[in-house]
Amino acid sequence: MSRNKSEYLINRKDNQYEVVIGLEVHAQVTSESKLFSTSSTKFGAEPNTQVSLVDAALPGMLPVINKFCVKQAIKTGIGLNAKINKRSVFDRKNYFYADLPQGYQISQFKDPIVGEGKVILDMPGGQKEVGIERLHLEQDAGKSIHDLDPKNTFVDLNRSGVALMEIVSKPDLRSPDEVNAYVKKLRSIMRYLGTCDGNMQEGSLRADVNVSVRKKGSKEFGTRCEIKNVNSIKFMQMAIEFEANRQVDLIEDGQSIDQETRLFDTKKNETRSMRSKEDAHDYRYFPDPDLLPLEVSDDFIEKLKLEIPELPDEKKKRFIEKFKLSPYEATILVSDNETSNYFENVIKKSDVKLATNWIIGELFAALNEKNLEIAQSPISAGNLSKLINLIKDGTISGKIAKTVFEHMMEGDKDPKKIVEEKGLKQESDPKALEALIDKVIDDNREKATEYKSGKVKLFGFFVGQVMKVSAGKANPQLVNEILKKKL
Amino acid sequence: MSDITKQSLSELIKNIKDKKLSSTEVTKAFVERSEKSKELNVYVTEDFSAAIDKAKKFDKNPNLDLKLPGIPIAVKDLFCTKNVKTTAGSKILNNFTPTYESTVTQNIWDEGAILLGKLNCDEFAMGSSNETSFFGCVQNPIDKDLVPGGSSGGSSSAVAAQLTPITIGTDTGGSIRQPASFTGIVGLKPTYGSCSRYGIVAFASSLDQAGPMAQNVRDCALLLEVISSYDEKDSTSIDFKRNNYVKELTNNIKGKKIGIPKEYRVDGMPKEIEDLWKKGIDYVKDCGAAIIDISLPHTNYALPTYYIVAPAEASSNLARYDGVKYGFRADGENLIDMYEKTRSEGFGAEVQRRIMIGTYVLSSGYYDAYYLKAQKVRKLIKNDFDEAYKKVDAILTPSTPSSAFKIGEKTNDPVSMYLNDIFTVPVNLSGLPGISIPAGHDTNGYPLGLQIIGKAFDEQNLLNIAYAMEEKINFKNKITDWWIK
Repeated sequence: MSRNKSEYLINRKDNQYEVVIGLEVHAQVTSESKLFSTSSTKFGAEPNTQVSLVDAALPGMLPVINKFCVKQAIKTGIGLNAKINKRSVFDRKNYFYADLPQGYQISQFKDPIVGEGKVILDMPGGQKEVGIERLHLEQDAGKSIHDLDPKNTFVDLNRSGVALMEIVSKPDLRSPDEVNAYVKKLRSIMRYLGTCDGNMQEGSLRADVNVSVRKKGSKEFGTRCEIKNVNSIKFMQMAIEFEANRQVDLIEDGQSIDQETRLFDTKKNETRSMRSKEDAHDYRYFPDPDLLPLEVSDDFIEKLKLEIPELPDEKKKRFIEKFKLSPYEATILVSDNETSNYFENVIKKSDVKLATNWIIGELFAALNEKNLEIAQSPISAGNLSKLINLIKDGTISGKIAKTVFEHMMEGDKDPKKIVEEKGLKQESDPKALEALIDKVIDDNREKATEYKSGKVKLFGFFVGQVMKVSAGKANPQLVNEILKKKL
Repeated sequence: MSDITKQSLSELIKNIKDKKLSSTEVTKAFVERSEKSKELNVYVTEDFSAAIDKAKKFDKNPNLDLKLPGIPIAVKDLFCTKNVKTTAGSKILNNFTPTYESTVTQNIWDEGAILLGKLNCDEFAMGSSNETSFFGCVQNPIDKDLVPGGSSGGSSSAVAAQLTPITIGTDTGGSIRQPASFTGIVGLKPTYGSCSRYGIVAFASSLDQAGPMAQNVRDCALLLEVISSYDEKDSTSIDFKRNNYVKELTNNIKGKKIGIPKEYRVDGMPKEIEDLWKKGIDYVKDCGAAIIDISLPHTNYALPTYYIVAPAEASSNLARYDGVKYGFRADGENLIDMYEKTRSEGFGAEVQRRIMIGTYVLSSGYYDAYYLKAQKVRKLIKNDFDEAYKKVDAILTPSTPSSAFKIGEKTNDPVSMYLNDIFTVPVNLSGLPGISIPAGHDTNGYPLGLQIIGKAFDEQNLLNIAYAMEEKINFKNKITDWWIK
């Protein structure tokens, strides 16, 4: 792997510091029901309407593993090029909190379902490999709501027991940009696999961020701080920048860094100490006696491998080789499954080069403006492909196409119909164009004389006038040719 | 029939099937006797009028093909019963009424039985004398001021006093077999994974197992047949072929090899227990079985292992009783204060002691030395049995190191209380089935029990040996009805 050319370093006086970052990403497993109960996981339901006896930890209730969630975790492990552990163990992580009904979280401590793997990032300076330490399954807690009543806290258990995958990276990340690329890559892989929707607004993807700093060139790791539960990539980046600078300032000041858990205040853009190492919980992990060790066969894993779709890295390779896309274009188009599917649908019946430009350019800009995902695009792949063909066959100019595109964004209409209805068809009949051009020259006799006497810059003026008179419909190439002859 | 309550379960079923008795008559008889027996304090919750209503309903359209047709049964208050208060003998669940039914009790009702009420037990099944119950200790019908054993003390006392024809208890370290032994009845702890734990208030998940407590081996076999079932709702439930235990019950145990473990001859064991064991060996020989001396070398470590594993699991299992969702809640200044007050006031001393032990042995820095070590020793104890079962079909031991003791006698000496479980605990640690059958009396006339330990899932063999011995022993419980005025 080539080294990232644009190194992220923090400079102080004579010293340069490198930032070392490791992420614990909590990804909600895409699943109809919870990890150990049959309750629904649907987002946005009324509080406490998706709570089973097991989720509320009533006496005598027992967890039963949701096999689908196990499959999802294994698929994710395969997507992360990771070792699948045929035997894993669920442990209890014991602590008291009002939104933790059992008084413990069922998690995997010593024996996770997925072991070491790796993820490749496309950075401006080249590719970068990030190691995956492990992936384990665990239950989410409920939600405490403190602001509904001055004296009481309300608890919503809808999330209680929802399956999460905790994906722990090695401390291989070195900058906020790499963190951005890493989280996006993880999300992309999981969305391809259908194992996590990656929706950060709904809390489907959050991360604990471990940050330490060290002098450039040093091999030793510095003391790290863990920033808990950051729920957007932007906040992760802000938190890292603040935290790294805070640590560097301490070191420059001759102070040491305390290993502690911190939280990121998004309003003040700063991290604050939550608890020190000494105050760390003793979770008293031990194997959950209500659950037998989870054992999966080679056969089970092999069958799941057959269900793995083409993942972003392979797809990118294919796009570059087969469609001659640039690595940049391919990276953008494979970033999520919907985009690449859309692209492949468009180019089924239209020009690849034009399609690539239109999707990455016009379509993304328009979607961005309306804050829409590609899956919600008002323009279907079929109609975009028709639009591109209209350009390709000269029915409309690129400029007119933009007008047609705007109409299409208002509702998925066939571009041919728009062209017909609005009379936007390109004028390519030489006789009609000649008449048009004759009129323009006639109306601008003085300028025509100036042109002939050597003021060649005026050519553009005449083109503009012709386009104006034709309401943009004149075929620009023909206009050029005819104008040259006539003038 | 004035002697309804004296009849065994099998006799009652026969009489109901032959239409000599109605469910209503039977239910009323047990209700009436229970009403007269309040001094024994066996019931936490009585459900008598509902029981009589259900019996009447049963009699209107009796389904006599069921295994427990219209039979009234009281159950240990550790089983969650739908719409009937379930306390686990604790203040912290004193106001708790489940909206669901445990699998084991559901199996019983599905065979036509009727709930009489919920029986007293040690708080969260932690105790060997029923004295830790929030609802007070239970009297042993054998003699006034005598403990009925524990934790299924209400259950043992109720069967011995004929307040229910049969019952179910739970056994984590001896909680069925020890009280059965103290009250002169039969108690069986099935192989771990036989009976679903779904809906049973958990004490120590890897050890807890429900089982029948009965007046005789046949009744015991019948109830086991009903309650033993594979249940997808319990991940530790095991899907194995279950016998038709009653149909296959036989007293022919000729040629069976019975092991006598030398390590069970503990120091200071009373002579009467030693004698009982010898008598047991003679009975087995009389039945045509062979006696083989065996060794279970890690027996000495069973009790300390148990008192690490069980409290560790309990400390975590009982974390859910925090005053937030259900059960007792004390007011507090804040969340932590509320937790502390709720759990200090809601749990009794023995439960708190075990939560503290369990929390300690799981703590970082102690985990390896205690919990992990205990798990390793547990494996060795199980290996001992596996080795022994290469040579023998079952193992014969005393059920307890003494007969029932007086209420209050061991309250302040937890270690001496824990020693009661010395013969029963290895069976739970190994997941094996064990049965206690009444086999004799001490000098006071108090009952003494013998324990037979079987191979995993070999309950049929275990029951057969018990059945053959029962015939030879011909035990008669000495109950004088002293509490009925």
